[in-house]
Order: sequence, then C-alpha cells, then structure tokens
Amino acid sequence: MNVIRFLLQNRTQVLELTGEHLWLVGWSTLFAMLIGIPLGILIAHRKQLNKPVLAAANIIQTIPSLALFGFLLPVPWLGDRAERLAILALTLYALLPIIRNTYSGILGVDPAVLEAGKGMGLTESQLLFQVELPLAISMILSGVRVAIVISVGLATIAAAIGAGGLGEFIFRGLAMVDNRVILAGAIPAAVLALLADFGVGWVERRLKPR
Amino acid sequence: MIEFRDVSYSVNGVHVLAGLNLHVAHGETLVLLGRSGSGKTTTLKLVNRLVNPTSGEIRVNGERNDQTDLIRLRRGIGYVIQEVGLFPHFTVAQNIGLVPKIERWGEERVRTRVRELLQLVGLGEELAVRYPRQLSGGQRQRVGVARALGADPAILLMDEPFGALDPLTRDELQREFLLLQQRLQKTVVFVTHDLREALRLGSRIALMEAGKLVTVLTPHEFLKSSDPWASAYVHAFGDGLESAANRGSS
Repeated sequence: MNVIRFLLQNRTQVLELTGEHLWLVGWSTLFAMLIGIPLGILIAHRKQLNKPVLAAANIIQTIPSLALFGFLLPVPWLGDRAERLAILALTLYALLPIIRNTYSGILGVDPAVLEAGKGMGLTESQLLFQVELPLAISMILSGVRVAIVISVGLATIAAAIGAGGLGEFIFRGLAMVDNRVILAGAIPAAVLALLADFGVGWVERRLKPR
Repeated sequence: MIEFRDVSYSVNGVHVLAGLNLHVAHGETLVLLGRSGSGKTTTLKLVNRLVNPTSGEIRVNGERNDQTDLIRLRRGIGYVIQEVGLFPHFTVAQNIGLVPKIERWGEERVRTRVRELLQLVGLGEELAVRYPRQLSGGQRQRVGVARALGADPAILLMDEPFGALDPLTRDELQREFLLLQQRLQKTVVFVTHDLREALRLGSRIALMEAGKLVTVLTPHEFLKSSDPWASAYVHAFGDGLESAANRGSS
C-alpha cells in the first residue's frame, strides 16, 4: 500500500520516467529491427555468413550491461549524451533475438515452396516479399517480443550513466535503502514489459498466415 | 522444342549426368524413367535452369536457355513437383493466379483464368477461397497443376507429381492428365520411377540409369525391348503392363 501511495504522490515523475524509459526502448528496438531483420535475411541466404554474424551477436549478449555502458562512455559523440549511449547499448543487446529469429524464420520456409516459387519464375525479391517474409513474420515478431522484454529490463541500468528512465527510482531506492522507491521503478517497468509483450503478441497473431 | 546437346553435370567431381543428348518434340509427353539417383530429376531441372550444366547446352524453343532471361524462361515453363509446394499463406485462387498477376494481367482477366483452370483440373469453384492445408492430397496436386498452367506455358515439367498420392487418386489424376493433354497439347517432360505410369502417360519413354540415357522408346517398343535395363523394368513390374500401354494411346 505504501508503494501505491508513493507512486500516486510522485505520479508526474513516474510518468516522466516511464516516458523516458519508453523512449529508450522504442528507439533501440526500432534500430535493432532495422539492422537485425535485414541481417537475418542476409545470413539465411548467404550461409557462409551465418556463423560469424551469430557469433558476434552472441558475444555482445555476454558483455555485462554495466560494463558495456562503461566501455562506451569515453566514445566521443556518443558519450556526450547519455541517452545516445543507452540507445546504442540497448540496440546491441536487442540484435541477437531479432537476427536469430529472422534467420530461423526464413530457414523454416518449406524448401518445396521455395523450389516451386523459383521454378515458376518469381524473382528473388518477389520470393522474399511475397513468400519468405510473410511465412517468417510471426517468428520474426516473436524475436522482437523477446528483444523488447529484454530491453525494458536492461534500460533500468541506463540510469546508472544518467540516461534516465525508471532505473532512476531503482538506483535512488537502493541508495536510500527504501524498498518503496525501488518498487516505484520496478513495478512500472514490469508493467511496461508485460504490455509490450502483449501488444507485439497481438500484432503477431493478426499477421500470422492462416 | 527442348533439346539437350552433350549435357553433363557434376557436383564435387561426382558425375550426376554424362553426355546427355535428347530431343523432346512439340506436344509430346516424354517420360524420364529411372531409379532414384539416375539423374532424371536433374535432367528436368536443367530445362528451367534450377540446375546449370557443367558442359553442353540445352535449347528451349530453339534458343539456348542460358542466353535467355532466366525469369522469362521460367514463366514460360510450368513446373509441378511431388511435394506440390503450394504457398500456404495464399488461397487456392491466389496460388493459381500468382504468375498471371505478376505478369500484370489485370484483375478481371486473372479471375477468369483462375475459374477456367479450376474447371480444367476438375475442382469446384467453391475451393477458390480455401487455403492449401484445407485440401486433400489429390486436390492439392490438382491446384499444383492448375498453378503451373497459370500463364498458359507451352512446356510443362512434372517431377513425380502423382508419386505421393494413394493409388485411387493417382489413377484418377493420371486419367485426367491424359484428357488434359489431349486438349492442351503441351510439351511435357514427366519424371517417374513407376513403369506403369510411364507406359500409360508417355508418348515416349527415356530410360535413365546411373546418369546416362539408356534408350528412348515408345511404350509398345519398351515392352518388347531386348535392352537389358528395359526388360529388367518390365520384369520387375510383372504382368498387366500391356493394358497400361494401350490406355495411354487410346
């Protein structure tokens, strides 16, 4: 009950920090999709590239987030604004699930369907946009879902470098040894993750080939 | 119509096909008969360049097929495979109308064509809105044939199209294929390992073994042939082959 009273009393700040949080997650997910989906398509078609690309994405994933934020801090233009840095780091973390799911989604298309399409004289881009992507779309979106849920959680750490977001409450609460304040950050973050998961899941179901 | 000149194909030093010379005449059904691994599917795929030869050339309508535009070449050749490969996210009508549509036929003309083709392969118009997974195996293969005929190609390549069907459905589709072929007079290259099917459907049978063309014979010649491979086939399939050969020509 204390937590709820605290949230209500500080609702302007809660909303503001939630907005910042969404801003970080939104941009980074968008960038990760813009990079990850084409990359996933590429490595599904050029098999020799799949190992190095997936390995790189895997390695990024294993870098502890706090360390990654720290590494990037001295980088010129990036380090000037904490949000830029946070968005870049979150983008990097979101890549793996998006690349991997795009890759498996495209590889999962029935080879007979592709052969028939090729044999009928579909061009590579017709095959991609009319056959491969529509059939892989729900797989790709479930990758995006995972990426968003990861990002919502990781974005709380961005507060450590001053990028804002709900992590502010969490770090402040930790410093003050006040659970109410920690939960004021953690609960809205969890709600965001659930809502995003539900939202993308809904889109996924709508786009699913019948 | 289709001509193979000294065609060889090898992958990683393994000869899949060696020194193939073969001519397929306009309006005939040439059956490529052979065991798995004999090179018959490769031969078929050489025509629409799903496979490119290591040496030699293939002519389609008198033109070398590696000198014509690949997409144009393929759109002029219908392709039917055993697994059918219907687009699962498209309805029956969308599957059949895809090539006409990307050839910019116009909506009305595509719709008329789809209706025509459904009728041609013996499917009711009510199936047009169904998805492939809502169809039986026989219906699916009928849609596969209709799709291959979509933009009215002069050539049809068929790779064991009826191989996965139950015997009754297969019999039905073979019979319909003969009727269809009487009407349409397409140039057909048909791959099978079933001698009975070859005798019934083929105007000529090209027997293949281990990457080589053994002989090309009409169904009746095939039954009487003294060629060891041909007679081995006739033996393996046993009695009652005469009637298969007769039904094809009647």
